[in-house]
Amino acid sequence: MTMPFYVSPEQLMKDRADYARKGIARGRSVVVLAYDDGIAFATENPSRALHKISEIYDRIAFAAVGKYNEFENLRVAGVRYADLRGYSYDRTDVSARALANAYAQTLGTVFTTESKPLEVELVVAEVGRTADEDQIYRLSYDGSVADERGTVVMGGQAEALSERVAADWRPGMPLAEAVQLAVRVLGTQPGGEDRVLEPAQLEVAVLDRTRPRRAFRRLAAPQLVDLLGVATEQPADPPSAS
Amino acid sequence: MTPDTHGRLPASFTVPGTSSFWEFLAAHDPSLLPGRTLPPGEVTGALHGTTIVALAFDGGIVMAGDRRATAGPTIASHHIEKVFPADEYSAVGIAGTAGLAIELVRLFQLELEHYEKIEGTLLSLDGKANRLATMIRGSLGLAMQGLAVVPVFGGYDLDRKAGRIFSYDVTGGRYEETDFHAVGSGSAFARGSLKKLWWPGMSAEDAVKAAVHALVDAADDDSATGGPDTTRRIWPVVATVTGAGYLRVPDARLAGTVAEIEAMRRVTEPGGGDPR
Repeated sequence: MTMPFYVSPEQLMKDRADYARKGIARGRSVVVLAYDDGIAFATENPSRALHKISEIYDRIAFAAVGKYNEFENLRVAGVRYADLRGYSYDRTDVSARALANAYAQTLGTVFTTESKPLEVELVVAEVGRTADEDQIYRLSYDGSVADERGTVVMGGQAEALSERVAADWRPGMPLAEAVQLAVRVLGTQPGGEDRVLEPAQLEVAVLDRTRPRRAFRRLAAPQLVDLLGVATEQPADPPSAS
Repeated sequence: MTPDTHGRLPASFTVPGTSSFWEFLAAHDPSLLPGRTLPPGEVTGALHGTTIVALAFDGGIVMAGDRRATAGPTIASHHIEKVFPADEYSAVGIAGTAGLAIELVRLFQLELEHYEKIEGTLLSLDGKANRLATMIRGSLGLAMQGLAVVPVFGGYDLDRKAGRIFSYDVTGGRYEETDFHAVGSGSAFARGSLKKLWWPGMSAEDAVKAAVHALVDAADDDSATGGPDTTRRIWPVVATVTGAGYLRVPDARLAGTVAEIEAMRRVTEPGGGDPR
């Protein structure tokens, strides 16, 4: 019988973190941006059926990068959590903060107690009555939570892309500008020429605070053509061409 | 809602396989399902909702309900609402024990929305109707204690591009109605009225008028059904479901319709028979 090797807890956690980070970096990025009437989500996703951005509740949406089966499971759990809470108490008692906490505990427990961490990174966002009341939470594979203001980029090359987003984003942008910025950033390639993403390659959704109850709305390809069409009419606008 | 010691989401939340909130609740915490914990015996003092009518017109359906709830011989509420949007393209009206009925509607609305969020598509109209049948069957035990809930369900079928109406019995039997239907204590009178007022291919406007007229007739003969209340300005809940979705008819329009119907019914000659 062989003795198991001793692995220090530090090394164990580091290995798990590296493993999760590698898995997440393989996927396409998701960009989340606040705009004047709500919060916009965009990602490159040619599939019409396997979504990375979804509705959780009336004012709450979910976006994820990483392994599809793992975040899909978390998404379903989130919908059940929100619907159960709304059914037990009231629709107004369902908050993104509580859901983010539940996700954080789940991710943290899996990270420390199970043999493999979840290779996912999530955003839980809630749109408020005004832009000041908007909440965007970013959750990592190890259960850490960050309360973000305005913008989040997750997935492969998140750091490089979030720099570009931060450079061009400003509070109170109209929807068309926000979506154009997101799509421009998603087309960025490290050390290569920027790609122009077609509406059919994109998955874009918004939490629109002006809608009466369910704020979540997907922007289908024809609507995206309208929103992005403005960009092609204003060429020669390289804000931070790299 | 009892997270484990780590605060992690309970295992029942991550079990794959069902898109139904009802089934999830039954597995996670059945005590939250309405009526499962009721002891045997007679229940007195529960509120009863009364008359709901539904009729099909060219391109959709109309559903209407009076605003009265009764507890025995007492009028318990003058302004209860018994017709609800089930989702964007369907409506559900309920007669029977009001507390259970309203809870059932809340759960049914949630069931449809939950499915839509998990699956990313709407249930078919038949799927919705069958789901409601299962939920009614689940409360058969309550029905046998005299706490029956009888709904009527209707909506716009996006595949067939037509309005359809479904009636139910307490055992969860589901029956499709081709023209009109009424449930509740005043339903016999309302149905008699609709028999004369309904014709195939009628317009939405005529259908709204016929629905209100049927409720007025039901209120005339059934003590548990409330007619339009011109003193308090409380009008029936009337909604249309068409390709454009669920739309409640505004009170201002109903006031006009009610005035028209009352003018039609008003006696112009001295009434009360010959004085002796």
